[in-house]
Formats: sequence, C-alpha cells, structure tokens
Amino acid sequence: MSTLHTVNKSPFEKNSLADCLGYAKEGSAVLMYEDGVYGAMKGNAVAEKVAAASGVKFYALGPDLKARGISEEKLAEGIEVVDYAGFVSLAVENDKVSAWV
Amino acid sequence: MSENIKKFMYLNRRAPYGTIYAWESLEVVLIGAAFDQDVSLAFIGDGVYQLLEGQDTSESEMKNFSTTYKALGDYDVTKLYVEKESLEERGLTLDDLMPLTWEDEDDDWAEKDSIRLVSRAELADVLDDQDVVYSF
Repeated sequence: MSTLHTVNKSPFEKNSLADCLGYAKEGSAVLMYEDGVYGAMKGNAVAEKVAAASGVKFYALGPDLKARGISEEKLAEGIEVVDYAGFVSLAVENDKVSAWV
Repeated sequence: MSENIKKFMYLNRRAPYGTIYAWESLEVVLIGAAFDQDVSLAFIGDGVYQLLEGQDTSESEMKNFSTTYKALGDYDVTKLYVEKESLEERGLTLDDLMPLTWEDEDDDWAEKDSIRLVSRAELADVLDDQDVVYSF
C-alpha cells in the first residue's frame, strides 16, 4: 500500500515532519505544503533527517514555496516541486493520503 | 507627552502566511508607531522567515504583506532585531533577508540599516529593557 503523507506545519514549530518521517515507509511519498515547505530547505536543522529517509520521495508545493521566498536553489537535494495539479495527481497515484496536520 | 513614551517590543515568533500572526503583528506595530512610542521589533524562531527576500504570493491567492516591512522606516520604526541563532538553525544568513533601511533626518538623511543581528543573550538584554512586550 503506497501512502502520500502530507505535512503543512513548520518543522520548528510542530513535530509533524519528524512524526511523519518515523512512519513513512519505503515507496511512500511526502508532500510538504503551507508552512511545511520550510522542511524542504537545505542547510537547516532538519535537513539531515529528511536526507536520511531512504526510499521516500519528497515533494514541495511550488506556490507555497514562492509565497515564502524559497527559491529552487534554497531547496535540499531530492525535493521535487509540484503545482496544485501535481498535488492532486499524487493523491490519486497513491492508495491513500495521510495528513500530518 | 514625552515623559509618557514607553518602550514597546513586538516579538515575532511565527512564519508568515501559515497563520495570521505575522500580519496582525504588523498592524499593531503601525498603530503603536502612530502614537509616537519607542517601537522595536524582534524576529526569533520561525519569525525570521517573515523577512525572507523574494516573497511572491501571485500563485497562492494570499496578500503579499512583505513589502510593509520596507515601509516601517517611514513610520520611524527603525529597530529590527534578528536573532542569529534562529537564522543559523534554519540554514539562513543576513543575505537571505530583505534589505531594510531607514533615513536618518538628524544625519543628513543618511540611509541606515534597520536590521540588527543579535545573539540570543544580547536580545535577552534588549527585551529586559522594554516597558511592554507583545508576542506574536
């Protein structure tokens, strides 16, 4: 069963991302949106945890990155940017969505 | 009137857009400034994200209020403390933030930096010196 995990809280304000990473199995996807996109930046205190999640594909919502001034070069390696349609596609492609609100 | 001037500190601790706190803080800051109080802002924790350069909300149907920070100098709000430790934890440096300046009328309108990079210990002293602290 493939799962799309969604995270919309800053990793510095809530434990949502860390909790999610503890349950995201190989072959699953994690989409960061709203304040969750801060977890997709390189060089911050959570970047190592994200990089250590093996077999998990990471996505970040483009419009939310843009609103917050996070350009592509500020993103950690392996983060794929998607738009709203891409968000929907991910929800459809996976068997279920698990929202770490 | 002058003896009634108090030191107001607005402590900004949250990221913009995800919640309304950052925007509400700006609203209250401008009100405080209109009453000729001694206003300072501090950005700690996720609050430092409020000052990231290049915010563009054109694709997300939200109001881009980041330009308001650039106008603060015109309201004599010229002390913006940014905590070093919070920037570092987030992999950021001063170069990632908007350049914010004010013009000093007592110094031939020289353009001066509004942002003051301070350590947590230094900021603790600044906070200790305030009459009123609002946390957002």
